Amino acid sequence: MKSFEELTNDLAPKKFGLYGKIWVAFLVVVILGAMYAYYQQATKGLVITGMRDYALWGIYISNFVFFVAISLVGSLVTAILRLSGVKWATPLTRISEIIAVAAIIMGGLTIIIDMGRPDRILNLFTHGRLQSPIVWDVIVITTYLVISILLLYFPLLPDLQILRRKYKNKKKLSKWYGKFSLNWNGNTTQRKIYKWSIQTLSVLIVPVAFGIHTVTAWLFATTYRPGWDSSNFGPYFIAGAFVAGAGGVISLMYVLRRTHHLKDYITDFHFDQMGKLLVLLILVYLYFNVNEYLVPAYKTTEKEAAHLKELFFGDEALLFWTVIIVGLVIPAVLLLFKKMRKPLPLFIIGLIVVIGAWWKRFIIVTPTLLHPFLPIQGVPESWHHYNPTHLEWLITWGTLAGAMLIVTLLVRFIPIIPIHETAEENNIVEPEKTASDEKS
Amino acid sequence: MDKNKDTIKSRRNFINNGIKLGLLTAIGGAAVAKSLKNEEMVELMDTDGNLIKVPVTKIEEHSSLKTDSYNVREGYPNKKFVMVIDLARCKNAKQCISACNKNHFVSGDNAWLKVYKMQDNPESSPYWMPNLCQHCDKPACVKVCPVDATFKRRDGIVLIDNERCIGCRFCMAACPYSVRVFNWDEPNQGEALVKLEMSMEHFEYSPDHAGVPSVKGTVDKCDFCPHMIDKRELPHCVSACPNGVYFFGDLYEDSVTNGDETFQLSTLLKEKAGYRLMEDLGTAPSVYYLPPKDRQEEFEKGLENFTEYQSVEKTEES
Repeated sequence: MKSFEELTNDLAPKKFGLYGKIWVAFLVVVILGAMYAYYQQATKGLVITGMRDYALWGIYISNFVFFVAISLVGSLVTAILRLSGVKWATPLTRISEIIAVAAIIMGGLTIIIDMGRPDRILNLFTHGRLQSPIVWDVIVITTYLVISILLLYFPLLPDLQILRRKYKNKKKLSKWYGKFSLNWNGNTTQRKIYKWSIQTLSVLIVPVAFGIHTVTAWLFATTYRPGWDSSNFGPYFIAGAFVAGAGGVISLMYVLRRTHHLKDYITDFHFDQMGKLLVLLILVYLYFNVNEYLVPAYKTTEKEAAHLKELFFGDEALLFWTVIIVGLVIPAVLLLFKKMRKPLPLFIIGLIVVIGAWWKRFIIVTPTLLHPFLPIQGVPESWHHYNPTHLEWLITWGTLAGAMLIVTLLVRFIPIIPIHETAEENNIVEPEKTASDEKS
Repeated sequence: MDKNKDTIKSRRNFINNGIKLGLLTAIGGAAVAKSLKNEEMVELMDTDGNLIKVPVTKIEEHSSLKTDSYNVREGYPNKKFVMVIDLARCKNAKQCISACNKNHFVSGDNAWLKVYKMQDNPESSPYWMPNLCQHCDKPACVKVCPVDATFKRRDGIVLIDNERCIGCRFCMAACPYSVRVFNWDEPNQGEALVKLEMSMEHFEYSPDHAGVPSVKGTVDKCDFCPHMIDKRELPHCVSACPNGVYFFGDLYEDSVTNGDETFQLSTLLKEKAGYRLMEDLGTAPSVYYLPPKDRQEEFEKGLENFTEYQSVEKTEES
């Protein structure tokens, strides 16, 4: 067993190495490119995108749905697994909470990017109307963001105090850790509040998480459009969100394990467990997909049939089947084998699942819009299709880079693995803590 | 039924009395003032569809339908505007589209009013179907608008306040009739609009006249021409149509007119089996269609005018 000092040395945040610096520089360049593209959009209008009156929502909206989806993993790992007493997930709680916070921030930003008049965003508060699903989304996303930040922050308090003590010699750094730890000293009262708060937040975040993604699904399901007009949409989106989120956690835990040398903390066992969890989640999601596509395909009402034909055999068929087969079916089958749940293969599968999840949202949003009730006539030929422009892609990449930059910066300054919780679970006592306990 | 026939007959006579009176009854502008002498009598239709005789001097024209208490979000009191589109008469002449585009300064690539080439099934005949905002009584667009920028008035009209619209385009996704258009770039509305604005003493934007001006990043659509109703005139598409396809009127007065002919709305819809688009969605449109039965002209004639990829003529300057 490791001593407390070894533990903190292992888990304390690390400065960027050369690769870390290159990575941050790369993200910053992408973000700067996106800012240039957005400047174009802000001055010229949404005309710089590939969207038009029929394909009126495009990759901004599907990217937004993706962000909301992947952010749900925070509630899955930190809340659902915590509440159901799954102990092995402890080292993954912070990773998933970091993903949740980064994704939901960029999701909120993405929806503003999609607005034709972002300068009028305050109208949502001065003229907001409760019957609009967009207003529900605004309410529930801000709530989720607040709870997610708290759920990231509260378990950090003891860790920040540990870091304050660890960096005693670096006055400035130590001071900041101390400030953010809110004078944590670990006495009985504080521990009681701490436990109670985390427990309460874990319970609270579950309905809110279901809320954000159900409401996001309702942005589509509350319209009449074939392909969206489905009572299956809420649970279908939630199931898909957990798949995306689990894939995200798997990818990130692999990367961090390598960059931060965390083999002792994120073990093959964790990958194995996450692999199994991913199989379960994919199977549930596939079940909802079967409901979503096969029931209307059985009935083939005229409009649904036109939409499904496009997906199954038409212009979108290649993408549709790639997402379903490569992004979902094959990963689920492969993960049934123990070898595939080893870190590297699982990482590759997790990454494929995440990329598939991104395109899945694309498949949900635009093809439906190109199959309206009345025929598309009297508009330029190019309006019959949707092809995102370079600037539109650049902005979208910028939001993804933004999310990754938030993750990278958080990882730079806070411990990826909860030190305090790991120490407690392994009965490792902090030498100095006994002293501070006596004082209070 | 006999009674109905009688009223129709007498209405035909009345129609001969002139377009102007037809308009008066249709838009409900007739006001009766005190008369002093006996003089020439004219026939007018009351709200039950009965003809009444009124001395000419008792008729007073109001210059504007607006009263001091007029509120753009409430609309005209005691009115409920409706439109009837007779598909049997439509030959895709597209004068409606031109007039609408011109008078609303439509400058994008998607007109607010379009004539669709339709065919319901392979066995039935194709037909031309004008399509514009249906001004639904249960408008899906209004329901989803997060900021109350698009709104439903008591007189049935659905409008957009483009000074409030945030450009989320949810209304466009929600509308099953695909009638909403977005200003993707800075609208290039031309000098005509500038002249119009200059001609007004104090130009002030009002949702009553959509397109004056259009605003980048906001949604536009057919406004049912409240600015024409206010002048007691018919919407541009109605008066521009050479074939009398469009009828406009007031549900409460139960009458619609295309400028040349006036009909009792309820009778017209009954006799011609009027229907509304996508009734099953429950949107309750204010626009009725009469089936394309007994057509005056072959469908094929309209093909000459059909432009699959264009609905707004581009002027040279743009």
